[in-house]
Amino acid sequence: MSGHIVPVKTYVAVFIALLLLTGLTTKVSFMDLGQTAIGKTHVIDWNTVAALVIAVAKMLLVVLFFMHVKYSSGLTRLVIVAGFFWLAIMVALTLSDVLARGWTGTPQPWSLLLPVFHPYV
Amino acid sequence: MAHTAAHSPALVHQFETKEQQHEAGNLGMWIFLATEIMFFGGVFMAYIVYRALHLEAFIQGSHFLDVTFGATNTAVLICSSLTMALAISAAQTGKSKSTIITFLVLTMLLGAAFLFIKFNFEWTHDWTEGLVPGLHFTYSGPHASGVQLFFCFYFFMTGLHALHMFIGLGILATLTVMAYRGRFNPEYYAPLEVSGLYWHFVDIVWIFLFPLLYLIGRHYGGGH
Repeated sequence: MSGHIVPVKTYVAVFIALLLLTGLTTKVSFMDLGQTAIGKTHVIDWNTVAALVIAVAKMLLVVLFFMHVKYSSGLTRLVIVAGFFWLAIMVALTLSDVLARGWTGTPQPWSLLLPVFHPYV
Repeated sequence: MAHTAAHSPALVHQFETKEQQHEAGNLGMWIFLATEIMFFGGVFMAYIVYRALHLEAFIQGSHFLDVTFGATNTAVLICSSLTMALAISAAQTGKSKSTIITFLVLTMLLGAAFLFIKFNFEWTHDWTEGLVPGLHFTYSGPHASGVQLFFCFYFFMTGLHALHMFIGLGILATLTVMAYRGRFNPEYYAPLEVSGLYWHFVDIVWIFLFPLLYLIGRHYGGGH
């Protein structure tokens, strides 16, 4: 048949890896991995980095094995990569605004809108 | 490619080969999932921005959540993804229909267990603690308005995810009926496979919600 048949052994191995990574991310979240300053205003929080790296690793395991992408065609992979690429564009462009606010030190036209969003800003 | 007069009943006429039919079905489902990535992506993006703007309040807010329930639910969903994968595997390898039905029912039970933990233990607890913005929010400690914002995100994100779980349970119930009627065999199991893609996608959304809502900021201690 057309679909690739993944051995049950592989599914069980991926399943165990996913459970171990869930335990690991939970355990690591209670430890302080520290922070590294970048510039004057921002820091890299290594706990957040660790949590996201583990989440991405779990996602890759699910996508590659449970969702059979390891055995899928180039066209299907292109659609998947495009989905995440567009997500990355949204995140990158949005953060380029949010994280760069205040770098100029002068009031910006949009700051006139701040009272509108009070008390959430 | 030469057509034989009596082609397989599992191959619909617009496709040349079963490989092409399989490819088209999976590709269509992935295009839908790409839209789902953007659908959830918008909420995740808003969460990232507001967390950056109200870091301390969001850390305070995540301390109101119970990591044990969050981690348990992650494990429950991972188990349900395994049983879903095994249901498809059973159809691919020509196992009996009772095997397929068993795995589908197990997947449904695990999905229901997830929702039960979410609503019965977590949301109910949040209600009694007065952490539901707009309806019953009584927390007035430090960063009260920011914590309220955190819980807006918490209920919207977990609620949107739970809605997807309910839809998934409906799909699984349909698949179980189809399996009971003997619709699946090694030649034809496309509904199982594309529904599996959906179910695993919903699992992946939770794989990101768990660290974002429950874990990051946890090590700062404090809380309430």
